[in-house]
Amino acid sequence: MLTRRRGSPWTGVGTVVAKETADHLSGILIVLVEVLVFLAALFAIYTAIQAIRAAIGESRFLFLLLMTVAQPPLPFSFMDLLGMLVPVFAIVLGFDAVNGEFNRRTMSRVLAQPIYRDALLLGKFLSGLLTLTIAFVSLWLLVIGLGLLFLGVPPSTEEALRMFGFLVATILYGGVWLAVAMLFSVVFRAPTTAVLAALGLWLVFLLFWEVITPIAATAIAGPPETILGPNLHYLELHQALSRISPSTLYGQTALALLQPDTRATGILLYTRGMLLGTPLPVGQSFLLVWPQFTGLIAGMMVIFAIAYIAFQRQEIRA
Amino acid sequence: MPDDVVIRARGLTKRYGPALAVDHVDFEVRAGEIVGILGPNGSGKTTTILMLLGLTEPSAGQALVAGFDPLRDPLEVKRRVGYLPDSVGFYDGLSALDNLAYTGRLAGLSRREIDARFKAAMARVGLPDVGHARVGTFSRGMRQRLGLAEILMKQPSIAILDEPTAALDPHSTQEFLGMIRGLKADGTAVLLSSHHLDQVQSVCDRVALFNRGRIELSGTVTDLAGEVLGGGYVIDVEARGAGIPELLAAIPGVVRVRPSGPDLYRVDCQSDLRGEIARRLAPAADLTGIRFAAPSLNEVYTRYFAGGGHADAA
Repeated sequence: MLTRRRGSPWTGVGTVVAKETADHLSGILIVLVEVLVFLAALFAIYTAIQAIRAAIGESRFLFLLLMTVAQPPLPFSFMDLLGMLVPVFAIVLGFDAVNGEFNRRTMSRVLAQPIYRDALLLGKFLSGLLTLTIAFVSLWLLVIGLGLLFLGVPPSTEEALRMFGFLVATILYGGVWLAVAMLFSVVFRAPTTAVLAALGLWLVFLLFWEVITPIAATAIAGPPETILGPNLHYLELHQALSRISPSTLYGQTALALLQPDTRATGILLYTRGMLLGTPLPVGQSFLLVWPQFTGLIAGMMVIFAIAYIAFQRQEIRA
Repeated sequence: MPDDVVIRARGLTKRYGPALAVDHVDFEVRAGEIVGILGPNGSGKTTTILMLLGLTEPSAGQALVAGFDPLRDPLEVKRRVGYLPDSVGFYDGLSALDNLAYTGRLAGLSRREIDARFKAAMARVGLPDVGHARVGTFSRGMRQRLGLAEILMKQPSIAILDEPTAALDPHSTQEFLGMIRGLKADGTAVLLSSHHLDQVQSVCDRVALFNRGRIELSGTVTDLAGEVLGGGYVIDVEARGAGIPELLAAIPGVVRVRPSGPDLYRVDCQSDLRGEIARRLAPAADLTGIRFAAPSLNEVYTRYFAGGGHADAA
């Protein structure tokens, strides 16, 4: 029976966003994860500062080096750390978004108010995205502040633009994992199942995807090398498969924006500074990562749409 | 829809795949009326409530709630209906005020309206001093009262209460029933789902009995008693002597005679036979009392389902 509903599906979105954001910013679990992300990131920045002080006056991109240099005892750069911690943060924000309402038996009480369930789900997603934005903008400003303090020079316009692009990519990357966590919170009634499923998927993409993709590409397109030379079908398929992973999309985006001499992100032409050894103009770097940006946005929207459809089909009895 | 009918269901049906949860249900609730819906678990009560609220889509049929179709205008319906679900849940980390302010804002109330209505509602449900306490510290009874306070804040024309007293102690239950009567006094129509038949009987003007997705009986308790027990009048007779049950059973219009205690007999009749009973017993027995007994909903319910869910079980 098809019937058009009257009234805006966005009624109440603002109220849900305000309430959920307040919950996120005061929830003990989320505060703990935020502190973890901030400490890890600041430690990475601090060790990078020690490493690049010597390069002051030699590099045009000191602030970008802050984010990409890894210095013992920490084996990861700020960029690498965010690549690992952003999904955890986003998953913590979303894993009990919907099932938590059922388990607390608040779902029917909330949906008995003049609000569509569209608004509830969207409000929860937007509040998660807003919390991610607040956290990463704070971190971004903190990094710039530390850079100013310890390096004694301000970031150039190009550096600021590249760092801003990295910030947006980080929020989008978090948005993808937030959508994944919310999808699992719709599908699984137990929050522990939802969080384990989301973390499991994250681990698959982080640790195993690079192992799985060449095997899958070889199985479908044949070996990477043939007697005539490189197997282009294999290389294209391998690249396409690896870009299913949000971690790959984010990693390639971060690399192209924060290391200006990166001239290609694909497997076929993955070379840094090969042609002239000179950095790419910022506009060209953004063009280079545009497919990754759109891939992250599309991934986030598709996963959210699946969660939306699944939620619409659920029976509201609790 | 006549002015005083606030809920009207016509042929309301809900299928889950091949399973028929609600099967062509028809009923009406008028303004200021308390209607009880009864029935075993899985008989379709909650599904019917969810369809009236627009929370689940009917497979067939139509409902009008406060003049709006819950399928087309769920927001308008939900603006006018207060709902207290079974085992109402709250955000335990938030205060009572924050919990109710959230749903109040969703209902479109201003900050000022929320503050004013919150105080009044909390006082009315007997929780005037805990507005700023975390709901996580509340007992089950306090949560139920808080759920009712949420309805009062909304000032709806219809309140739908699903098993509101299920986990309350007897004292709290009586207080809660008083609050439900208070809703009626405000002119709010109440649809009350409950398994506590004595409570339903004590507050409801009419009752609808659900069975296997259908409303099989509806009306006042006296109507139901007439249909199920076979007599619309129940008379308690207190008399001492031999052969009293036989004497009573021989009176035309008496449907059934049951001993209900020492020298006590409960008589189901088709009319008011108190005078005839007194006349027949006086010569043969020591008659010490004769009075109307309200037909028991519990008895109607038990008899109906003991008879396989047929009104002719008696």
